[in-house]
Amino acid sequence: MAAESSWTAKVRSATVEKFEPEDLLPDHQPAYVSSWIYVFGVLTIASLAMIILSGFVLTFEGPAWWHSSNVGHYVNSVHLWSVELFFIFMVVHLWGKFWMAAWRGKRLATWITGCLAFFASIITGFTGYIIQTNFDSQWIATQAKDGFNAMGIGAFFNTLNTGQAILLHVSLLPLVLGIIVVWHIILVRRKGVVPPMEEVDSATRSVETMEVKK
Amino acid sequence: MSRRLSTVDPSKKWSGPTRKYDLVKEFVIAFLVIAVAALTLAGLFSSPDEKAITLQSWSKAAPADFVQTAAGELAGTTTSASYGPPYNNAADGQKILGISPAKVVGVHIPINPAQSFVIEPLKISADVPTRAAIDAWNSAPEKVRTGWATAYADALAKDGKATSLADTKNEYGPVPTLVTSLLAMAKSGGLDGALTTSDTNMPTNFTKPLLFLADGGTYFSDLASAQHLGGDQWGVMNETGSWPGQSWLWLYSFWYQIDPFKSSEDADVLVMTLMGVLSLLLVFLPLIPGLRKIPYLIPVHRLIWKKWYRRSSKS
Repeated sequence: MAAESSWTAKVRSATVEKFEPEDLLPDHQPAYVSSWIYVFGVLTIASLAMIILSGFVLTFEGPAWWHSSNVGHYVNSVHLWSVELFFIFMVVHLWGKFWMAAWRGKRLATWITGCLAFFASIITGFTGYIIQTNFDSQWIATQAKDGFNAMGIGAFFNTLNTGQAILLHVSLLPLVLGIIVVWHIILVRRKGVVPPMEEVDSATRSVETMEVKK
Repeated sequence: MSRRLSTVDPSKKWSGPTRKYDLVKEFVIAFLVIAVAALTLAGLFSSPDEKAITLQSWSKAAPADFVQTAAGELAGTTTSASYGPPYNNAADGQKILGISPAKVVGVHIPINPAQSFVIEPLKISADVPTRAAIDAWNSAPEKVRTGWATAYADALAKDGKATSLADTKNEYGPVPTLVTSLLAMAKSGGLDGALTTSDTNMPTNFTKPLLFLADGGTYFSDLASAQHLGGDQWGVMNETGSWPGQSWLWLYSFWYQIDPFKSSEDADVLVMTLMGVLSLLLVFLPLIPGLRKIPYLIPVHRLIWKKWYRRSSKS
């Protein structure tokens, strides 16, 4: 069998060979990438990194540690506020991309993976809330069960089963979210940042001919 | 005035002017900013931690509510007893377009409240009257059991404050003994252990104690309402105290505040389905005529790319 037709060669062709190093880690961007809105994507990623780091500490100490330890309570607070920041920045990022119609130019998959990351984050955050092992988690679990049960989902995801929720929150869902986020970032890097929507009164002006004034 | 929406092919790699952009530096600075912000917010505002409710604390704080709930479990009148799938076949579950998704999936977490929450836990009791009451309950026909429990549950509810009532008309059978024994077991803390260790001695599943607690009349829900966590208080997105909760669930919470959802017995399945449809609309928005044109009609992008447009107009 020729090397070119091997599965490995096909995977390499479909992945690694699609990228130039400058695409993955560029040190230049199109001149239009100059707005505060672009900050919110990287702030979202940075918040996610902080969530993961504080989550690591909570994971090592166990789900009930933070009830009896001042340090644990502080780490839990860091985790909570990182999540709040994460969602604020992600929502602003999402709205920004909507108003930029950022799906233009064959970037539909980028938009879809971004939306999927948003929904995966909501489910991951929800499982975090029901493993707090306090009154809030008890109330949320008993109320939310009705929504999942009504859809038939409750048979497989039981909000009252704290052990299941812990496993989902610290293993499966971060893995799913991580894959979606990495996929999203790769698509952003591969497709590049979407160019501005141009509204011109005549066809006499074109950005393609413009020069940047130095 | 003729307008062109784009003079740049957005699918082609950008070949126009560029600017320096240090991606790694940007991320490092962003991470440091977030780290400082999160560490500071955590130090300043901490996080809420209202202690969990146990069956022991419930039975001590509101014994009348507890015994009414226990009698209701035996009578089959509580939420769990009349729930349906995935716990039992007492009902079909909520319906949408005549279909009950819960019924289609079926019973996966079998719960018989009378047995699971009352009779089974009491079997570990060595108390002779309690064991006799269990035998009397188990050997009686279902119609008779329901008659005893319903009569006692009604009497307790009518009184409102009593934790036990004398059976002057001989109509309650073994129910008063069962309920009183369960109250004593709960007060001792034994019921919390019995309900969580019924399947394994190292429990991680709190389905039974939480379902029993949620079946309670007012105690649990009053505590939640005091923390503005009730469904009619936008509780889905709230947190105990004054901390921000899952504010990103505002739209999900919103539907529960308005009709027809607010007053519907099928509110959960309706809201979940609606949110599913809206989520799909968001995911596939770029393919939906009309919706995908909104960013063109409302030119927020003019603010986003203000510098670029200004530069373009000067050239």
